[in-house]
Amino acid sequence: MSPDAATPVSELLEVSLGPQHPSTHGVFRMNAVLDGETIVKLKPVMGYLHRNHEQIGEGTSYIASFPFTDRLDYFCAMSNNLGLALAIERLGGIAVSERGEYLRVIMAELTRVLNHVAVTGFLLNDMGAFGTPLLYAFREREKILDFFEAASGSRMMCNYVRPGGVRVDVPPGWCDQVRAFVSGFPRFLDEFETLLTQNEIIRQRTQGVGVLPKALAVNASVTGPLLRASGVNYDIRKADAYSIYARFPFKVPLGTVGDVYDRYYVRILEIRESLKILQQALKEIPDGPSVSPKGAALVKAPRTFRPPKGEAYGRIEAPKGELGFYLVSDGTPQPYRYHIRAPSFVNLTILEDMCLGQKVADAIVILGSIDIVMGEVDR
Amino acid sequence: MAIDEGLQSEMQKHGVYVTTWDKLANWGRGNSIWPLQFGLACCAIEMIATAASRYDIARFGSEIFRASPRQADLMIVAGTVTKKMAPQVVRLYNQMAEPKYVISMGACATSGGPFHTGYNVLKGIDRYIPVDIYIPGCPPTPQALLHGLIKLQGRIKGQAFVKATAAKQAEYPIPEFGPNGLLPTYSPEVFSPAQQATPPAQAPATAAPGAPAA
Amino acid sequence: MLPAPEELKQSVEELLPGVTLTLESAIFWVTPNDLIAVCRCLKDTERFSLDHVANLTAIDYPAEQRMDVVYHLYSMAKKHGPVTLKVQLDRNHAAVPSLTPIYRGAEFQEREAYDLFGVIFEGHPDLRRILMWDEFQGHPMRKDYVPEDQDVPSG
Repeated sequence: MSPDAATPVSELLEVSLGPQHPSTHGVFRMNAVLDGETIVKLKPVMGYLHRNHEQIGEGTSYIASFPFTDRLDYFCAMSNNLGLALAIERLGGIAVSERGEYLRVIMAELTRVLNHVAVTGFLLNDMGAFGTPLLYAFREREKILDFFEAASGSRMMCNYVRPGGVRVDVPPGWCDQVRAFVSGFPRFLDEFETLLTQNEIIRQRTQGVGVLPKALAVNASVTGPLLRASGVNYDIRKADAYSIYARFPFKVPLGTVGDVYDRYYVRILEIRESLKILQQALKEIPDGPSVSPKGAALVKAPRTFRPPKGEAYGRIEAPKGELGFYLVSDGTPQPYRYHIRAPSFVNLTILEDMCLGQKVADAIVILGSIDIVMGEVDR
Repeated sequence: MAIDEGLQSEMQKHGVYVTTWDKLANWGRGNSIWPLQFGLACCAIEMIATAASRYDIARFGSEIFRASPRQADLMIVAGTVTKKMAPQVVRLYNQMAEPKYVISMGACATSGGPFHTGYNVLKGIDRYIPVDIYIPGCPPTPQALLHGLIKLQGRIKGQAFVKATAAKQAEYPIPEFGPNGLLPTYSPEVFSPAQQATPPAQAPATAAPGAPAA
Repeated sequence: MLPAPEELKQSVEELLPGVTLTLESAIFWVTPNDLIAVCRCLKDTERFSLDHVANLTAIDYPAEQRMDVVYHLYSMAKKHGPVTLKVQLDRNHAAVPSLTPIYRGAEFQEREAYDLFGVIFEGHPDLRRILMWDEFQGHPMRKDYVPEDQDVPSG
């Protein structure tokens, strides 16, 4: 067919988005094939941060793996610790102290608040709101990081949770400070929402973009806010009721359409539910030991832990989805098999499905709404 | 060449300011270092926190992180460099315009960090590109990153203007993917394994002249 | 509610004549040939509805020349689980049918098991390395893999 003014000849253009790119949330690469601005094919390429967590875990003792779990989803160190602690407790039959349970729930929910607010900031960054919501989000994140530093000694890599409870109790006055922060947070969230939720630019850029149908989400083992935004009611805190989550009445917000806007709004609603859990936990937290006796023995002498032969799969509702740790023990102090089931890794399965037919600029926004962290994707 | 300070202050009183080209250029260069927007892993989050409002790296001149290496002066290698990522890091370094600087932020970029036993982890980015400042930590706190930046500014202020642009080699060879690792495993121009294995021998302590005999 | 393991084993064997599951402390051992049929039964039977393959990975036993592939199945519809399935393979010819046509969620996890352990998943739509680069040789998570020495200059 000869080209003329009415029907120009067009070719498909192959573009590599990443691994260094302002908006790829870490070292992640998308090989996109474009027809003009529309995406025809998109293959994710990962492994640029593959740091052999599993090989290291199989060569280290169980307790010594805790600092490495901090570095999986490096935003949510406290929840990662909790996942490994659950798996080890299941494997070794270790009970948890009451105060330890409450402290773990408080840390996990503070992490959820921190993560959701930061990921909203990053999503807005991807949309072109050059830094402003991110700075607001990081301002609140810094307050939570101060609490983590007071409790565990480190802002990000907390290494705080242990099987049986937590490594060390929080300093006196810590709970009151967190209580004050939690009661003041809804005001910040209202301010944040006033700027974003009804914002016309955000609505135009996110509504109807990157729709994930319900059936595909379930079939692709998608978990976390990405799944719930598509309308599937599955939250591991309710399904498994691990730790003491059964004591806290909280709603599971669900989306209707499954587009980027729903994912943003589900996260905002989840923050509000987490604040409710935090308020109740801070009211009910008992005094007592922060770790059970068996756990205390492990804290003192971590390398002596030899669980019985067997295997365990412990999973939690991490802020990004289902984080699972699969441990196979052969009776020695090191696990025979140590596998991490990362939510961001499995959630990337449907990236291509959501991006087909969308524009290149939308691909960045869709990726931001999945909420991935490369430390987890590549392990 | 140093300027006579008495003369300088005398002329300042009359509204005339005298300086050398070196000082002027280095003042400009040192106080407006724009980093490349390039975070690899967890240290990248502390780098973002340093750029956020509490620690505010913009105070020190790093106003914006540039996305394109052509527009950046500084590459903060923040996070673990894996063998899969190393060729891209070297490629980005080659694309930066002179004068360019590298800060190796965190234990992983310096020497592999806690992951150094891994089959996919490069034991430090200084195997392929020259590094100016090493910041230890896992992750280094934002204060540590700012301290490293200030040290870099001090180093820039001591540079000779003309020599700075011609001193370093502009491009370094990009490693390729081999069957078990990168080829070559390190770049001999910038790195030799003996550096990491044995520290330089300590000179024996001598008494200072005039000090009382021990 | 998910039935107890013995009851589950009986129900599946009734629904799939010719298929035998071996139950060992709540783990169901399946032969590679029966895997697809068992998984389809567990997913499609309304009583079980195990629609979520939460975890899929391999375990290497070089001493016994054996490679196991383990599957953890949960149900999002009924909110119960897990059902742990294991398949035992010969380490030197580790091949098992792929679950990707039934569960899309298995796609990346199977690619990872192929990349790091060398297990071939027959019927996978896109079986290639996912974490290591394409020119890489060997399967690094196998227990007998020896990584290179980075201080030895290579030609």
